[in-house]
Amino acid sequence: MANTSVIKSQIIETNKKPFKKVAIDPITLDIIESALRNARFEMDATVFRTAMSPGIREQHDAFPLIANKDGKMVVGQFGSFIGGFLANYEGTIEEGDVFFTNDPYKVEGAISHANDWLIILPIYYNGRLVSWSCHFGHMTDNGGKVPGSMPTDATTIFEEGLVTPPTKLYKKGVLQETLLEVMLNQVRLPTWNRSDLNAVLAACRVAEKRVKEMCDRFGDEIYVAACQAALDRNKRAVGHLIDQAISESPVSFEDYVDDDGRGYGPYKIKCTMWREGHKVILDWAGTDPQAIGSINFYLNENMLKMFWGIYMIMVFDPQILFNDGFYDLVDVRIPQGTLLKPNFPAALSCRTHALGRIFDTFAALLGQKNPDFLCAAGFSSSPHFMYSGNDSRGNWYQLYQIGFGGIPAKPFGDGPDGHSMWPSFTNVPQEYLEAYFPLRIERHETVADTGGAGKTRGGNALRVDYCLLEDGEISIHDDRWLTYPWGVNGGTVGARSVKILHRGGYGGATLTYSPTANGYEVTDATKPGTSIEWHHSKCDNVKVNKGDILSFITWGGGGWGNPIERDVALVAADVKRGLVSVDGARRYGVVLDKNGVVDQSATDKLRAEIKAKQPEKNPVFDLGPPLKTTLANAQKETRLRAPSPPVFRTDAHAKAAE
Amino acid sequence: MSYRLGCDVGGTFTDLLLINEATGETYRQKTPSTPADQSVGVMSGILQVCKDAGIDPSEITEFMHGTTVATNAVLEGKGAVVGLVVTDGYKQVLQIARSFVPGGLAGWIIWNKPLPLALLENTVEVKERIGARGDVVREVNEASVREAVEKLKANNVQAITVSLINSFANGDHEKRVRTIIHDVFPGVPVTLSHEVLPEMFEYERTQTAVANSYVRPTVGKYLRNLEKTFADSKMKAKYKVLRSDGGLMAFGNAADQPVALMMSGPAGGVAGALWVSRQSGFKNLLTFDMGGTSTDVALIENGEPQLRRETRVGDVTVRASSLDVRTVGAGGGSIARVPELTKALRVGPESAGAVPGPACYGKGGTEPAVTDANVVLGHLPPSLIGGAMKLDVEASRNACKKVGDGLNISVEEAAEGIVKIVNENMFGALRLVSIEQGYDPRDFALVAFGGAGPLHANALGKLTGSWPVIIPPGPGVLCAYGDATTRARNESSQTYVRRFGETSSKEVAGILKGLAKTAAEALTKEGIPAKEQTVIYEIDLRYTGQGFSVPIQCKVEGFEKDGLSQAGKNFDAFHTRQFTFALDAEHEIVNLRAVVVGEYPNVKAIRVPKGTADASKAVIDKKHTIWSGGKRQSAKIYDRAKLRAGNVIQGPAVVTEFDSTTVILPDCMGTVDHVGCILITPKGMKPKTNAAPAKPAKGKAAATKKSAPKKAATKKAAAKKTATKAKAPAKAKAKPKSKAKGRR
Repeated sequence: MANTSVIKSQIIETNKKPFKKVAIDPITLDIIESALRNARFEMDATVFRTAMSPGIREQHDAFPLIANKDGKMVVGQFGSFIGGFLANYEGTIEEGDVFFTNDPYKVEGAISHANDWLIILPIYYNGRLVSWSCHFGHMTDNGGKVPGSMPTDATTIFEEGLVTPPTKLYKKGVLQETLLEVMLNQVRLPTWNRSDLNAVLAACRVAEKRVKEMCDRFGDEIYVAACQAALDRNKRAVGHLIDQAISESPVSFEDYVDDDGRGYGPYKIKCTMWREGHKVILDWAGTDPQAIGSINFYLNENMLKMFWGIYMIMVFDPQILFNDGFYDLVDVRIPQGTLLKPNFPAALSCRTHALGRIFDTFAALLGQKNPDFLCAAGFSSSPHFMYSGNDSRGNWYQLYQIGFGGIPAKPFGDGPDGHSMWPSFTNVPQEYLEAYFPLRIERHETVADTGGAGKTRGGNALRVDYCLLEDGEISIHDDRWLTYPWGVNGGTVGARSVKILHRGGYGGATLTYSPTANGYEVTDATKPGTSIEWHHSKCDNVKVNKGDILSFITWGGGGWGNPIERDVALVAADVKRGLVSVDGARRYGVVLDKNGVVDQSATDKLRAEIKAKQPEKNPVFDLGPPLKTTLANAQKETRLRAPSPPVFRTDAHAKAAE
Repeated sequence: MSYRLGCDVGGTFTDLLLINEATGETYRQKTPSTPADQSVGVMSGILQVCKDAGIDPSEITEFMHGTTVATNAVLEGKGAVVGLVVTDGYKQVLQIARSFVPGGLAGWIIWNKPLPLALLENTVEVKERIGARGDVVREVNEASVREAVEKLKANNVQAITVSLINSFANGDHEKRVRTIIHDVFPGVPVTLSHEVLPEMFEYERTQTAVANSYVRPTVGKYLRNLEKTFADSKMKAKYKVLRSDGGLMAFGNAADQPVALMMSGPAGGVAGALWVSRQSGFKNLLTFDMGGTSTDVALIENGEPQLRRETRVGDVTVRASSLDVRTVGAGGGSIARVPELTKALRVGPESAGAVPGPACYGKGGTEPAVTDANVVLGHLPPSLIGGAMKLDVEASRNACKKVGDGLNISVEEAAEGIVKIVNENMFGALRLVSIEQGYDPRDFALVAFGGAGPLHANALGKLTGSWPVIIPPGPGVLCAYGDATTRARNESSQTYVRRFGETSSKEVAGILKGLAKTAAEALTKEGIPAKEQTVIYEIDLRYTGQGFSVPIQCKVEGFEKDGLSQAGKNFDAFHTRQFTFALDAEHEIVNLRAVVVGEYPNVKAIRVPKGTADASKAVIDKKHTIWSGGKRQSAKIYDRAKLRAGNVIQGPAVVTEFDSTTVILPDCMGTVDHVGCILITPKGMKPKTNAAPAKPAKGKAAATKKSAPKKAATKKAAAKKTATKAKAPAKAKAKPKSKAKGRR
């Protein structure tokens, strides 16, 4: 299933006239391009307003695109997934058809787990296919063995709920009701799924309407030509950037997913990047074989190109509008059977950690030879918290929440505290959670000193204390509890994540982060009937009781640049604001008294002392202690057993599927 | 005799408009604004305009004011030092905000978060807790409050906001904290979040209440200064300020709730357009206010402007009702450029500003601004009537040549391209308020004002199909018109989350009645008798499970019988229109709101002397030319002051007046109506005359044949129409050929 496979699908057009090659002036092109961009934002607005699950509605875990007639994304975020669909769908595509799928293996990883429900809508005008609109959203539930449908202990995709191959949800404009009802019968929250699917479809319809209006206004041939021209324009701009910014000598970086939720880990992700002529090669050789558990990330090559392209554009020239135009300039090589291209039917649901680590890897690859543009590592995953059960009135409740954390420090400024690295994600207001779920949010704050120190500071980790008001079950999906969010150009690592369950309430226990102890210091609960449990960062089916409090603490962003070069006034301001402690300020070589007043001479002295111990040149990366040391210290620092080295096996099913 | 005075303070000029209520006679005045103390400029303008009218300031009965004092405090970061009191565990409510990073994937790389309006060092936590249903989880710990307030006192904060979790459901704890603040720190102004905005969502409520504290001392001082200045001049009018939602409020209320004034300025434009609407009889309007750096647009349906439940100023978004005015960074000063990498023509959002200004101002600007493109095209004649300034045509040509060279096209083609692109950007904003809200812009007329609006209005009319395009008299002072001619307004709201099955129309009617009473008190206090007050109910609805809610207007009469089911039906219709589908799910109430409005003032309309279709008497230059559609064409220049009702101007033509220039394109014509508006339509399309003037008193019985706008829900029909309609931009289709030849 390479992305060069033959197209199996058959596109039916009642109007057989081929599109003429028409010249297009730059102004008309700009107009169509901006109209498409507006249409895309309108798709977002439609989904966010009409969806029901907080995951899509408030947190915006949904992604739209509009593609040209050949399926290349002209506007959108994650790159086109239509190529994979066209290559694998065996059937006709006709006007009025709307396709649905949530099977990653049938669309070459265009969606990466079965919770993502994808709608693909071909847009016809006067009997000819002129464009595509697509949208996918993360469903709070997709059936299967655990609420939320992302079992950390799954070994095959069959444990992850409903898996539907590309299928016509609408045939020539007629809804296939049986299909829909069968799908909805598999999930725990059918009303949410129905509404969220409706929302995603409505967004695609909005795009269809806008595209048709553009064809009305400019003519379909001009529209089609404009889409192509927008792609060409992007290819020229990115090509120029590649020549300037990417070296012919290879650069390489490796990072880790800490564990697979089954006690094995860490898993290595490795990428080597170099340029050959005008082309960039991204080679993932050296990445570990696929995991037995569900942390595999079935990575679509085109989507990876888009991720990489956007990163490069943002790092070097944010003015460029991104689309699929530059795809020919990037060659992605992912070895089959690895964590990033697992063999069917490997479990995929918890792929978010590997996805995040790929972004960290990009930052490292692009910045290694351009330190002025290098960003630190950070909150590159989207940790999940799930809580479900029957409340005291017998009603089923089920929450799926995405957590946030410290944004990495950047050359241009500090990383924000407790924010999101994902496009358009927002947190769910705590008052909303309390009104609709049996929860009281006791704390919603970031933790001092958890951001890596640097000339610019990494963002602080977020701490959310969920007081659970009903008996039920929780799931936690997080990472970076073991390996560190790294710092760059002399900046230090950010703090790792931690999950603490206060059984029976706080009971007098205190919880503080200590930069010197490299972890959290917790005093024991003193109240009878209360106790402290340190929970693993990936777990399901944890039974909880009314009154338990979960401290869900994510990780901080890495620092950028030498901390002793940070403006003393900025450090003092952070201390005054409680974002850095008086102790933590010493990492910047800044000495303050208890009231936060800077002692300048002590500061000068401390900074000189630190400088004397520093190497002459700032190290490009601070990855924390060597992996061996980290593993050896795991129990002491994190109170959790270090994972065992991964066991790789060849899956019997895998052979059969090939 | 009674006189109304409208006064709009802008960045450069203070516009005043004095109206004799009995005759409708008006006196306009423009004086330089005095940013250091705006009241100085206001008073000198008042004295001047009174002199023009030959009256004494004491004869002014009502003073109505659109002010940007609150807006500027936010934009310039010059508000008060605000202390914020929150629930234990929520100190970083503004620091974390909604965790949102703008800019899409990898947008974090280039985004730096602005500091919150209340700094973290001035944010303190108190021990207390209210539950989601208003229950008391933990009582207020008084010692913790005293300690917290002592800290704020030591930090010398100038205003305090108290915003506790779930206070929308129970405000007792916030009130308790206020009592303690008054005790510990007497004299400091205190804003309680549940009083400013008794609605769910802690970040939004806190931000709104903090913004209120942030602008409160500034606005309060300004209004007190004005009152004192007025008193010194023996004025004894009723003093009112225009709110962001287009209503008026008395100075006293405004000083306590200044967050309601944050978009007072743009609201004046919409209120002005409403005045035009009532005079000329067009009830469905798109407003188009183009200035130097930005353009504001809004939609008026059946004489009612669209409202939205938030106000945005710069980085700051608060939950206070405002007229749904959308702004794009496109104006006369917007700069055009051709980036090396993409070779695309980009216009704005960078602006030449007042200094150096466009190249044609001769103040040292060399980059091509939209105004320069208009000069090259002949849309702006080199010497403007009444204008003190001569425009440097050569400088404009040199500037636009940069774009021409970048794209390998002529200076004129470049200028036309710049104007087309900026028009497209503004069209995008007009689409936002019309098409994307489910309205068909062809059911609306486009009313243009602001310094640059009338230059681009005809072209925007062609893009939207909104005919006629209306250029009101005095487009440069329309905001002051709006200030002077709008009505009083107040609202009161409450979060009330209930599914329909959990409550009844009767129960809801009871609450709404109470809210209406609260809202009416302020108006009564301002001297508006009960019989002149109109109550409107609004309930924010959604399908159970959705997060976004929509305000649905409801009839007051008979609400207790079937108000909810009617509202449900209207919501379903809205949902279908906006999102293409309705759901079977149960409806859920989020907020209840009562709006109370006063009556529109009884101001007589202006009348323009009658003339014939022949406009030749107003021609002041027969030899002028403009560049349009790829060629130079002869275009007469008219003096607006000499135009008479019934005059028809054939395009291409340019109409000049004191503070604005109108362009009529070659295939269009302008007809002057009875109140002095120029109505632009395609040649051969008569403006629907609406001959009878609107009744100014209530704005209800306005004589118009124009039907209420059809919602674009009838997709097929609309699409068909678009197909035939799209003839106008056909030029765009034909043009590329010739251009492409030249380029490749």
